[in-house]
Amino acid sequence: MANLDKKERLKIPRQKMPEQDPLVRITNFEEVNFGYTPNMAMLEAQRCLFCPKPPCVAGCPVNIDIPGFIALIADGKFTEAAKKIKETNSLPAICGRVCPQEEQCEGVCVIGKKGSPVAIGHLERFAADWERTHGEITIPEKKPPTGKKVAIVGSGPAGLTVASELVQMGHSVTVFEALHVPGGVLAYGIPEFRLPKSILASEIEYLKNLGVEIVTDFVVGKTATLDQLLTEEGYDAAFIGTGAGLPIFLNIPGENLNGVYSANEYLTRTNLMKSYMFPEYDTPIAKAKNVAVFGGGNTAMDAVRTAKRFGTEHAYLIYRRSWDEMPARLEERHHAKEEGIEFMFLTAPTRFIGDENGWVKGVECIKMELGEPDASGRRRPIPVKGSEFVIDIELAVIAVGNGSNPLIPLTTPDIQTNKWGNIIVKEKTTATTKKGVFAGGDIVRGGATVILAMGDGKRAAKEINDYLNSK
Amino acid sequence: MNKIIRKKQLSQVIAQLEVHAPYIAKSQKPGQFVIIRIDDKGERIPLTIADANREEGTITIIVQAIGKTTTKLNRMQEGEYLADVVGPLGKPSHIQHVGRVVTIGGGVGTAIAWPTTRAFKEAKNEVISIIGARTKELLILEDEMKAVSDRLIVTTDDGSYAQKGFVTDALKGLIESNVIPNLVLAIGPVPMMKAVADLTKQYAIPTVVSLNPIMLDGTGMCGVCRVSVGGKTMFACVDGPEFDAHQVDFVGLMQRLKIYQKEEKLSLELFKSYERVN
Repeated sequence: MANLDKKERLKIPRQKMPEQDPLVRITNFEEVNFGYTPNMAMLEAQRCLFCPKPPCVAGCPVNIDIPGFIALIADGKFTEAAKKIKETNSLPAICGRVCPQEEQCEGVCVIGKKGSPVAIGHLERFAADWERTHGEITIPEKKPPTGKKVAIVGSGPAGLTVASELVQMGHSVTVFEALHVPGGVLAYGIPEFRLPKSILASEIEYLKNLGVEIVTDFVVGKTATLDQLLTEEGYDAAFIGTGAGLPIFLNIPGENLNGVYSANEYLTRTNLMKSYMFPEYDTPIAKAKNVAVFGGGNTAMDAVRTAKRFGTEHAYLIYRRSWDEMPARLEERHHAKEEGIEFMFLTAPTRFIGDENGWVKGVECIKMELGEPDASGRRRPIPVKGSEFVIDIELAVIAVGNGSNPLIPLTTPDIQTNKWGNIIVKEKTTATTKKGVFAGGDIVRGGATVILAMGDGKRAAKEINDYLNSK
Repeated sequence: MNKIIRKKQLSQVIAQLEVHAPYIAKSQKPGQFVIIRIDDKGERIPLTIADANREEGTITIIVQAIGKTTTKLNRMQEGEYLADVVGPLGKPSHIQHVGRVVTIGGGVGTAIAWPTTRAFKEAKNEVISIIGARTKELLILEDEMKAVSDRLIVTTDDGSYAQKGFVTDALKGLIESNVIPNLVLAIGPVPMMKAVADLTKQYAIPTVVSLNPIMLDGTGMCGVCRVSVGGKTMFACVDGPEFDAHQVDFVGLMQRLKIYQKEEKLSLELFKSYERVN
């Protein structure tokens, strides 16, 4: 590592992520960010002050040794950097791309107080991509087989993390996935332009090489119940990571008109079924000149940017609060802006208007103003009386959140849920009310993030291991 | 991957496939469906489980060639594989002893009515079945339905076989001759189900229909199959597919079935022209 003093380090500007030109990228579904070059990564790594008590590590939900891996990158030891990250995070290529770093590691970075924080996310991504593309992925040594079997329900970030941890502890692990492709929200929800599916595929491949068995097309609760797995199929423990998969609608008139989509449907058609390659792929999707997407989170951002890529002239992002309150990652908001997404803040839909064939042709909205902060700490939007107006649209996507998947609790009566349908776990653990069954991720938290789900997965793996060892 | 163990052509455009799916064969109940995908570029479509063989680990699906996927499925042969079969999905039929049940199957809907009819018979009901089709060629499962019914009435719209007319004519005939059912189960094209619902409503006869909206995941995740029932939005894949016929918004259902009409047509045309070239 070049021996720079603090002053010299602070002089290095944050390295800008190379990316596709906005005008080009709205015509394709390829990844927006190209990733750092080795030189850029080493330069960016030298911006780190290697704080003795690094706040970034505490700001990371899985406590990655951030200064540790950044020091390795600064030294040009890229593969070692990736291995360092993988000591605590089994999916770095994914987290580097989808974590809300500005709220976590980068949000508390010391140099970020006066200037731009170290681009921790970009560096994490760089290390993981380097390892993958240079064929330097090695399979860690596993503990000897314990003879214990664990069933993992759902192959999203929580389930994949549990699987990776438990298999290394010597347990036999089977992941059950309802869809035909593993990955959960990483497969059906997050678009190709943000998380290429080939990266997900190689992470899955890595898990398979570790010895994880993945069974697709298997709906636990339908194909077989959780109890059947635990008795007839001989599993010793189970983890439930079925996520927040149920779409929430707005409950306003006209919502069942043709051309009104849930974000789940819109994104699943695009990402999982590849409708952007219709008719080569069989699954169609509706396209329109004017599209409105409702919501302010990452899903809304993904949907509206997807719409833009389908050739939409006016892609509106309609949100009842404003820029500052949006839960979406900052990078996605900036990317959306660059791509010509038309933001309409302090606006909420009141009804959809249909044409004579039952297709949506407009949406009536009302203006909002911000009042006192609500339970979430964000200022509550209040409708402005008489401010209704109509926007002409031929397609709408509702991205205002998801409910928890009820299938497992419905078919496993001894697993208790709260009033929102989230599985109840014992305080500070992942243990459900059913013995030997653990849960984590969005099915416990409601809608949260990939990295929090992975944090739950890590904890669950440890608790499941303890449980199996005490049996 | 699920192997096609046996195939039987029920008509020129309707095929019966027995597919290897041991878990589904074991857990399925009448009224439930599977989602299938033929190959890696294929779409996901729902098909009702017509029958199952636990010992052999197979399920039976019956499919009429209408769009690209169903046409391809019809041409598949024994020994070939479907990329995906997932299920059993949806709620099973609510089978109970009610006295006299009339089950109605229109066109390929008869394939869906068949297992439920059998279950009603096994629940010691008096079962009268009415099956109908546009024309003789499209009539299926006559013997199978006869075997599980106390009485079977067959209609064809064009009179090419059995009684000329619609299934609703036959149902009306029963009601008018004072053979009043305690429950009617109607499965078929939406206009037929709507006509049955309109008729039985006049007589206040409880009626159940099994709906066939567009589906994607089939597990409640996407909401494309939403249908208004008694003014409430329901997901046919998880809340159904069976609903109280007198509460269903059939007009809305028909409208939503047309969402991808243009694309479905294009897909089929491309497939057929590709076949001609090859």
